[in-house]
Order: sequence, then C-alpha cells, then structure tokens
Amino acid sequence: MQLDFDVNGKKHSLDIDPQTPLLWVIRDELRLTGTKFGCGIAQCGACTVMIDGQPTRSCVTPAAAVQGVKIETIEAIDSPEARAVKAAWVAIDVPQCGYCQSGQIISAIALLSENRAPTDDDIDGAMAGNICRCATYVRIRQAIKDAAAMLKE
Amino acid sequence: MGNRFSTSPGSHRPEAQSQAGRAPDAFGPERAHATTSTTLTALDRRSLLRGLAGAGLGLVIGVQLPRRAAAQSGAATAMSGGAGEAVGTFAPNAFIRIAPDSTVTVLIKHIEFGQGPYTGLATLVAEELDADWEQMRAEAAPADTELYKNLAFGVQGTGGSTAMANSYEQMRKAGATARAMLVAAASAAWGVPAAEIAIESGSITHKGTGKAAKFGEFADAASRLEPPENVTLKDPKAFRLIGTDLPKLDTSAKTTGAAMFTIDVDKPGMLTVLIAHPPAFGATVKAVDDKAALAVPGVVAVKTLPQGVAVYAEKFWAAKTARDVLDIAWDTSKAETRSTSEILTLYTEAAAKPGRIVKQRGAELGAANDGSKTIEAEYVFPYLAHAPMEPLDCVIEADADGCQVMAGSQMQTIDQAAIAQVLGLRPETVSITTMLAGGSFGRRATPNADIAVEAAHAAKAFASKRPLKLLWTREDDIRGGRYRPAYVHRLKGRIDAAGNIVGWQQTIVGQSIMEGTPFASMMKDGIDPTMIEGAEDLPYVIPNFQVDVHKLDVGIPVLWWRSVGHSVTGFSTETFIDELLALAGKDAVEGRLAMLGENTRHAGVLREVARMADWGGKVPEGRARGVAVHKSFNSYVAQIAEVSVGKDSAGKEKAPRVHKVWCAVDCGIAVNPNIVRAQMEGGIGYGLGAALYNAITLSGGKVQQGNFDTYRSLRINEMPDVEVSIIKSGEAPTGVGEPGVPPIAPAVANAWAKLTGTRVRKLPFVDIPA
Ligand code: FES
Ligand code: FES
Repeated sequence: MQLDFDVNGKKHSLDIDPQTPLLWVIRDELRLTGTKFGCGIAQCGACTVMIDGQPTRSCVTPAAAVQGVKIETIEAIDSPEARAVKAAWVAIDVPQCGYCQSGQIISAIALLSENRAPTDDDIDGAMAGNICRCATYVRIRQAIKDAAAMLKE
Repeated sequence: MGNRFSTSPGSHRPEAQSQAGRAPDAFGPERAHATTSTTLTALDRRSLLRGLAGAGLGLVIGVQLPRRAAAQSGAATAMSGGAGEAVGTFAPNAFIRIAPDSTVTVLIKHIEFGQGPYTGLATLVAEELDADWEQMRAEAAPADTELYKNLAFGVQGTGGSTAMANSYEQMRKAGATARAMLVAAASAAWGVPAAEIAIESGSITHKGTGKAAKFGEFADAASRLEPPENVTLKDPKAFRLIGTDLPKLDTSAKTTGAAMFTIDVDKPGMLTVLIAHPPAFGATVKAVDDKAALAVPGVVAVKTLPQGVAVYAEKFWAAKTARDVLDIAWDTSKAETRSTSEILTLYTEAAAKPGRIVKQRGAELGAANDGSKTIEAEYVFPYLAHAPMEPLDCVIEADADGCQVMAGSQMQTIDQAAIAQVLGLRPETVSITTMLAGGSFGRRATPNADIAVEAAHAAKAFASKRPLKLLWTREDDIRGGRYRPAYVHRLKGRIDAAGNIVGWQQTIVGQSIMEGTPFASMMKDGIDPTMIEGAEDLPYVIPNFQVDVHKLDVGIPVLWWRSVGHSVTGFSTETFIDELLALAGKDAVEGRLAMLGENTRHAGVLREVARMADWGGKVPEGRARGVAVHKSFNSYVAQIAEVSVGKDSAGKEKAPRVHKVWCAVDCGIAVNPNIVRAQMEGGIGYGLGAALYNAITLSGGKVQQGNFDTYRSLRINEMPDVEVSIIKSGEAPTGVGEPGVPPIAPAVANAWAKLTGTRVRKLPFVDIPA
C-alpha cells in the first residue's frame, strides 16, 4: 500500500506491506532508532510513540492504521511537558541501561499533558504498561513528580 | 549537555579529522547517530590516529606495559600519541586521551549496561588527573585482551560485580600518570619547577609567575614525554570527585533516543537475520521446507546453521514473517525432553541424602534427646530467564581477512576467539566494538559465546560480504536457554534447650554453570563455586555446620543470573535462619547480630538498616516487616521489607504487596553514591519481580513461557519505595551491580511468614505449575 503520514513534522510517503507494524516502519524504513523493540506484543511499552497526541504501542499498530496521522517519536517530541520530563529525567539520572527509557519518557509526557498534578495512583496507572527490567521505577516516579513541579512554576 | 560518551571508535572517523582545528569529538547528539553507519577497523583507526598524533592533535596516556603488549594492540598503538612511527614508545596501556580542546576521553574496558562503569571509571581517572567533571568523556575500549583484561579474570570481560574493584588502582594510576606528564610539560614550557605547579579542576597553574593553562595546551607536548615509572596516588582523604554524586555521562543520550545499541546499528547493504531455534534443547534440524519463507518479499536467503534455520532479509518484518512460515522437521532424539517437574523430582530425591561435603565443622546432626529442637525444610527454586530489555543481537561483517563485530559483548576475549574459530580467522583480526547494551543481568556473558557464535555461523553460511544484524525476538530470549539453574535445597537446623542455634546442615542439589566451559578452572576439587557461594560461607557462628552438594546433569543450558548462586543461597539461608530464630523466640535482628560478631561488616549493615527502619517500632496496621542480610561479591547488603497481603496485578493470586524497602550497603568506598543507590533500587526491583512471578518451566522439553505475558516483569505499580544508606568506609570499592538482589526475596518471605504464618519454601511466590 501507499502510506502517507507525518513523522516528527516531516511528511513521508512509503510503499509498504500494510501489515508491517509501525515500529518497524519507524526503525527500518525511516531509520529513527530511538523507538525500541522489547516484546512485539504490547507488553513492555519500549515502542511507545505519540499518534495524534495519544501514546501508542507501535509494535502492534499496523502501517495500515496510521494513514494520514501525525506521529511524534522520542527524537523530536517537544512541548513544555516534554522539556520538563527530559530535564527531570536528567536531573536525577533516571536511566540505567536506557533501553526502555524512550518509551517511559513518551508515556510520562502523555500523562503530564493530560494531568499536570498526577497522584501516585495516576502515575502507576499511566506508567504500568512500560516495563523497565533495570527497575528504575523509583526514579521514574520521582522524575514525573519533579517534572510536574517544574510545570507549575 | 551533549552526549558525553561513545560506544564505538567512530570518534576517529576521517570526517572528524577533516574538520580543521576541531578535535575528534564523539559527543554531539548527532554524532551518536552518525556512528551507526561507520565503524573503523583497528587498522583504519591505527593509521588515522597516527595521523592525528603526527598532527599534534592529542595526548594519549596509559600506565606502563611491556612493549610486547603495545606491539600487539591495534588500539594501543593507535593511541601511542608520539609522532609518526611512534609505536610502543609511550602509551602502551591506553586508557586516556586528552584532546587539544581539553576534553579527556577515558577508554572504558567494561561494558556499560546501566551499572555505571562509564561514569565510575571516568571518575577514577578524573580524580587523579584533577580534571573538571565537565571535560570528561567515556568511550568503549576495543577488544584487546592484553590491554583491557579484567584483572580479576585475566580475560577481557565484565561480571561478578568486578568492574570497579579491578579498575580502582589501574584507572587511578592511569590518571595520575597523565597528570604527572602534563605537569612535566608545563614545567618545561614555563621554565619553573614541577613541584610548584598545581592542577585543580582542569586548570594547570603556577603561582609564582601567574601562568595558567588548560590540559589541551600541553596535550601535544606531554605526548612527547616518557611516562614516569612510578606515580603516587592520592590519599583517599584528598578525594574531590570520588564519593560525590557526579552526573552520569550516559544519561543525556539515554533521554533523547540518541544512545546507540546494537539493535540500532545500520550499515550499507545490511541484512537482518532471524533464526528459528529448536523446540527443545539439543534438538537439531532434520529437514527444512523454505519455499513459503523464500516467497516473502524482502527475503534474501534461508540457511541451515548448527543453531537452527536462519532467514536473511532486507528488514526485520520480512525476516519475521518468513521465519513464521518456515516448515522445519526437528530431530529430538538427543534433546533434553524431560519436564521441569520430572527434573525437580529427581532433585528432591537426591536432596534426601547428604551430597559431597564442601564445608564441615563440629559434629553431624544425628538424633538428639537433650531437649533440643530440630527442624527441616526443603526449598525449590525455578529456572529463571534474564530477559534483558534489549533482546540479544549482534552485528557482524566478515570476509576472508577479518571480521568486524558490533555487539553488547560482555566477554570480549571469549567472543573474539569463538568468532575467529568459526570463521577460520586469527582472533586479532576480529574487531569488536562493544556497544551499549540494554541490560544483561549475566545473559551476555556466555562461556560459549552463544550469540557471537551464532552470528559467525550466520556469516559463514551466507558467505557474502554484506553486513548482517542478527536479532533475537523476546520469544527467542525467553525460550533460548542459559537460565539461572533450578535448585532444591534441604536444610536442617537445631536449637538447644537455651535457644541457641547449635546445628546447621544444608544439602544443595543443582546444575553446574562452569563445568565444561573455560571457567572450569575456577572450580575447586570438581565443585562449582556458583553452587555453594553464600551457603558455605554462612556468616553466623554455628558450632556444628555442614554444607554438601549434589551436582546433577541436565540438558538445560544454564548461566549466571544477577548475583549467581547468591540468588538462591541468600534465600534459603536467610529464611531458614529467620525461622530458627523465631522458633527460639528471638528477634530477627538481635538474634542475627548475636551470631555475627560485633565488628563485622555484616553486623554493620544490619544495625544500620534496623536503625533506618526503626526496627521494633510501630508498623502500620495489616503490615509486617522482614529482614535479610547477605554478602555477595565482597559487598554487604541488609534489607528490611514492609509487606502486606495483596492481590497481584492481575487481581488474582494472593501475593505479597511490598510497600517499602530499607537497604543498607557496605561496598567499601562508594565511588559514586548515586550509582550505588540506583543499583540497590534496581537490584531490589529485579530480585523482587523474579521472586514474585518468575519461573521457566518445561513440558516435554518445550519452554512454556515466551514473552512478558507469561514471563512477567515487575511493573511500576509493584515497585516499593526504596531508601538506601551507604556505610561510610575506607576499604577499596567492591561491586554493586549484583549484591542488591539476594536479600530482597528472603526479606519479603520473612515478612510474609509473620503476616500469614506461612513459610515460603518455593519460588516464585505466585504459583506456576511446574
Ligand atoms: S515492543 Fe511494543 S510494547 Fe513491547
Ligand atoms: S533502564 Fe534498563 S530497562 Fe529501563
């Protein structure tokens, strides 16, 4: 199929098997490798991208489903929330191996974009789909709170 | 802050050289991307660096090594720094590169997968060099055993939480040597005595004349000097950087998507390779029908390898689609087809009798009628997969003359030799770029170089110069073997009439990790230390003591899993001692302390954790606390877990809900306390997830789990709050990557016993049919 969509503000037009998961379109066709493969079955969140502002597991999203949409990936996502989240992440050294972190950060940005004062339960609810095998969860929780505080200022 | 590290020698790309007046910098965010497509061979690197050095573009300093080593090393000769053919004259053991812009790049011999060596080892250098942290960079060292071996192993590799311990002196010496040479260069240029020159935060100064310079100004001059034979290291009291929470060098790139892992590598003409692995360990390919697979658009070839059937395709999705439609007949006649339940039954039978004795003092625990109480308990531990977040992968490009590999290699020496053997090459013609890895937990340190060998076979069978990227899916990972071994432990303990623990006997049944591997030389009297570590060195003073072991042969491949034997022995010993103390009516902390001796480091962390948690104070309604203390890899960790009875995240089984964990750690000098805390947090989460949920089970030889739906990972809603305290110490640093793991499961189980009256004898907590 002919796939036309917008990724990080750039229009792309690709001839692609409609079953190809968006993850592999992003990684193998567009060569944006910040979005990671962790499970392929919507269990880990490493592949999370924003589709029209909604955090989405790209590993189970077929190319056919993203016709005409706007996608943001870790490489280019930018907003007050995105800047706050990234700054908070760096300030307390959240990442360990780092492999899950693109997905974590996208999910955190999505949470704060909807809810600028998340409770612990809100954080758990928004982030439970993102596995971190290094278990950086204590710091993820803290960094989201720090980012929320930054956004208040 | 830009990226301050590079995982590949891409920093020496010709493009970098051509940017006049600009040092080869590896650290802009764009650069991390650019390195994907360019790797230089050792040879390119050598000639390029010679060029750079000749142009006065940098200083490379290392500690003294014999010339022989220098001559053998591409990297080292590349870094020799002197003019022209200066091979072996000066920087044999090249750990440091100082560029004209004053950036200091430290070549890190240990793989970075989150445990922090990029930051930690760079800190050691910066300390002795009196550098400013802002000027420090880190880069993965190439595969070169002579130069970059782990001093604890004798080969290049990372494991056993040794990165900091074996580098502590080495990297400080490298830094101190560099400093002395900069001082000598400044002294010559300024015509003042070296003793009058000071360096602080990257500034070289002379008080009398008011002269001042940055490192870069003397990089070239220093590169022409002979390194001093001996250097004096700082008194730890004078440390400025060691012991502080310096920001990690790799955080920035790991927050922007710029950090490059093996899976992200792209090279012109590269193909993706997926392998269909056998359905049982030891099964082999009998026949393949690859018609449907070859018909998938984008598929280039299908080849049978010793490891299975490989699909070569332009992109991942084509390879995956084709692999799914391969029709393979397997020969399982030599395969391990038993179920885990059958295997564990054999273990239980073996555990009924004492095995080979590895430690004994006092008398055997025979029958007694002296008013003492004797209890026995049997513990069952499952096989565990490591499930690092980045599934295994390896990029390989081979021809008749050599081979370039980019991978999260954790045992470079072994990988290099194994690849060379498959391809019929000399090991030194196999270059390895050690990439950042998305976790390992032991999985990437295989004695048989499994992923590297698989990649080499894929390259050999394909016999084309196209670069290949071998990828495992999560299912390949969970079903691919190399598990933490399953175990059965049988413990017997005795309390005398006065309530003292007077007898302890532990029988251990399991598989050896080391036997039949290059690590077999670490076995003593035929006994694999990974089976008994943490048990034979029980810290409690018990007069009658015995540990014995049965090693059984099972065809399920096993491997070290974060904290290795301690992940098992920490649980059985710390829950059993807890049970004995409870039976004797003693407090879990006081009772342990009484058997530990006043001034031991075990007692130190135990007292500290009790203080932190206010042990003995009020505990919230419906909750209980459990404690455990365990030494592994020469670091001491005590934890207290506060637990209630909860539902698991699926809302079903009754499982412990862990609210809070207090953790005290004694790892000698904490080079970067923030990383120590992070490793404790991570170790607790990793150990807790496995203890609650994980088991690899086999039925008829087939692994029943496959992905994170059936092999669950701890999630954020299940992660307790963690508070860490680091014992102040002047001892040399020991590791922290693994020691946070062993105490968490027994601490939770001990709390669970208080809450429910049930002692946990079988892991995981949540029942999984064997
Ligand atoms: S890769 Fe998409 S959720 Fe795991
Ligand atoms: S940082 Fe390693 S998986 Fe999250």
